[in-house]
Amino acid sequence: MSIFGRRKKKKLEEQEALAQQALEQKANEEKTIEKKTPEEPEISPADTQVNPQNVTSEEAAEIDRYNRGLEKSRRTFGQKLTALFTNFSGVDDDFYDDLEETLIGADVGFETAVQISDEVREEIEAKHENDQKVISNLIVSKLVSLYTRNGTKEDNHLVFATEGPSVFLFVGVNGVGKTTSIGKLANRFKKRGKKVLLAACDTFRAGAIEQLQEWGKRDGVPVVSGPEKSDPAAIVFDAVKKAKAENYDLVLVDTAGRLQNKVNLMKELDKMRRVITREIPHAPQEILLVLDATTGQNAMSQAKIFKETTNVTGIILTKLDGTAKGGIVLAIRNQLHLSVKYVGLGEQVDDLSPFSPKDFVDGLFSGFLEPAK
Amino acid sequence: MAFESLTDRLQNAFSKLRKKGKISETDLRGAMREIRLALLEADVNFTVVKNFVKTVRDKAIGADVLKGLNPTQQIVKIVNDELVKIMGDQAVDLNKSPKIPTIIMMVGLQGAGKTTTAGKLALKLKNEQKARPLMIAGDVYRPAAIDQLVQVGQQIDVPVFQLGTDVDPVEIVRQGLQKADEENNDYVIIDTAGRLQIDEKLMDELSRIKALAHPNEILLVVDAMTGQNAVNTAEGFNNQLDVTGVVLTKLDGDTRGGAALSIRAVTGKPIKFIGQGEKMTDLDVFHPDRMASRILGMGDMLTLIEKTQKEYDEKQAQDVTKKIRENSFDFNDFVDQMDQMQNMGSMEDIMKMIPGMANNPALKNANIDPKDMAHMKAIVLSMTPAEREDPNLLNPSRRRRIAGGSGRPVVEVNRMIKQFGQMKKMMNQMSKGNFNGMDGLLGKGVGGRLSKMAMNSMVRKVKKNKKKRMKKNRRNK
Repeated sequence: MSIFGRRKKKKLEEQEALAQQALEQKANEEKTIEKKTPEEPEISPADTQVNPQNVTSEEAAEIDRYNRGLEKSRRTFGQKLTALFTNFSGVDDDFYDDLEETLIGADVGFETAVQISDEVREEIEAKHENDQKVISNLIVSKLVSLYTRNGTKEDNHLVFATEGPSVFLFVGVNGVGKTTSIGKLANRFKKRGKKVLLAACDTFRAGAIEQLQEWGKRDGVPVVSGPEKSDPAAIVFDAVKKAKAENYDLVLVDTAGRLQNKVNLMKELDKMRRVITREIPHAPQEILLVLDATTGQNAMSQAKIFKETTNVTGIILTKLDGTAKGGIVLAIRNQLHLSVKYVGLGEQVDDLSPFSPKDFVDGLFSGFLEPAK
Repeated sequence: MAFESLTDRLQNAFSKLRKKGKISETDLRGAMREIRLALLEADVNFTVVKNFVKTVRDKAIGADVLKGLNPTQQIVKIVNDELVKIMGDQAVDLNKSPKIPTIIMMVGLQGAGKTTTAGKLALKLKNEQKARPLMIAGDVYRPAAIDQLVQVGQQIDVPVFQLGTDVDPVEIVRQGLQKADEENNDYVIIDTAGRLQIDEKLMDELSRIKALAHPNEILLVVDAMTGQNAVNTAEGFNNQLDVTGVVLTKLDGDTRGGAALSIRAVTGKPIKFIGQGEKMTDLDVFHPDRMASRILGMGDMLTLIEKTQKEYDEKQAQDVTKKIRENSFDFNDFVDQMDQMQNMGSMEDIMKMIPGMANNPALKNANIDPKDMAHMKAIVLSMTPAEREDPNLLNPSRRRRIAGGSGRPVVEVNRMIKQFGQMKKMMNQMSKGNFNGMDGLLGKGVGGRLSKMAMNSMVRKVKKNKKKRMKKNRRNK
């Protein structure tokens, strides 16, 4: 086991102890507590998580945030697989159904789940395998290879222009956290010495412009905006022009949330993209799709359609600090070759971390890789 | 529309059954598998799915399905009954306080659509019950959340009580309720900040607001796109606050909306409203039975009929019969019809409510541009009154003039006139009650009959409007 894994395991144990304490305390306080749902212990570590103590470097804080965020995802996933095997009696049709369900339950995605299940079935039937341990290993290796099979070339770093301003366009459905992510990213890049400009192109939703302006005030970053209900392409034009004239390094463009099946709204995005490209040839350098981690299989549809219409270059996965899982990201990466570039882990301005695929997979799989070894 | 793919899949499973005279146990197994995967793919929680499929299978085997005259129908019925059972039998109204004000509290995760729904609900109450609601802005955390509610309030002309972001939300609610008392508001809608169900501090805040306000209704707002996590969210909020109802938002997307099933099954709390669009009027009452029929591909005919009835005025209906046999469908009717269609919502929405249309492959990728309707209307409006009443007048020269007047190419004018001709033929047929050519289009069985009812209703309304118009013309002359 790697040092990384050991550190995490230790952490996990600490948290469990804390959680246990909290639970006992709670139970003492109110004797009449109802029957505990099986989910409860799974959630409680999060409740009792305290802020990282004595973190000196920013990076350490980031890794820590990251681990905390993923802790829940990993545990649920591992638990589900364990649960699958506790009922293991032999390989029959029900076993494969259970396997499919388990994978889907972890939000890995329907197609991916069926694919894995079919591959496992093929191999088991070819070898007439009946040993639980071997089968467990097989499933795990399938998952890992599925991830690495198509996913090694994708770059998860943001692309900047070599010269002149870079433009990042943020797209996504309603309420996923586009504006919040921009607020966080603006702060991050400003800290790193970039001259950042925000463009408030959500002219549709009530209060959206004010929301971005508030972030601009917090981050100390100027915001280009227009009147409500005005053409977002006009605002993006103004913003890009201003960025060129005043030598900004980075323009972050907020857009109105839109459901991916609204054809005309998707066309509007394309128009904005064209306006940007006309002003700065290689821009936008990034079109970032913001996905809510609590979204289920619809995230795949979002990624697919947004990619088709606006040529999305990467994903920001938000709200990963809840009980949300990461499964669908694997499927999206596998099928659409879109990788996650940042993850949102909370409501504070620094609750945003660059996505590290290795840590993510390690975090997601180490829970059940160990017993198999 | 929601549940569409679920419909596809179930119909697929059943069409496999339909092709055989009898079903074997293997067939049944296959069908059950399709149902299970369809529900899972639709983000229905997997334990819910498991129980559901088990019940259906038990009932299917227990009943005389294998020997029955029409086995497919029996399975459809069992699935339908089960779906209805999980989702509840009928629509559940808002809880009302015996004495004003009725207090409604909106809770949910970040970005679920609480503020928008609060506005929609206020407008709905205002329009349908002539209520005078007050909204309280209790989200002091997210930047500009209060601005958002204030702007929504302005849009729909409903007062908003706010104290800025520096005051404790509980205190805001306390003063807001006082204000409502003074102003005699009959409804109070409390908007709260989005929060995770595992955030103890913020959940405690909600408990305190609840203890203070004693809301008659605590509505949990859930994004219809939520995955397996919907169950955790619903359980978390329900355990802490004992919510009284659920609002599903963003159902106008292409999500299958399985969250609806899971939440019902896990919490037992009724889904009271669904958000189906970005306009302030896009909030509908949730009808579980209709949603179940929609899942089964019977279309949402009842909603369509209800919408049709709502959009049209029922007066003078008896006079209509006189006109019915007249061959008089002209461009005025055409525009009239288009206007009515537009009032009912987007073309796509309406098409999908018609049974058989939801999974009609020809329509699957047909994105009907709302502008097409506007263009057609522009063309008609560029005609002289004489031309509108007598399409035969339209010679090439007139067509060119119309093209110029409406700013559309001549080909489009021609196409539109041709379409009009086809429509005229169809309308004539329909007004005589002849649906022969359209059977396939509208689907068969119950759904088909329902759609005929809806079409008939539409035909009647068009005739009635025409009569009105003719009356007016006569008066003018």
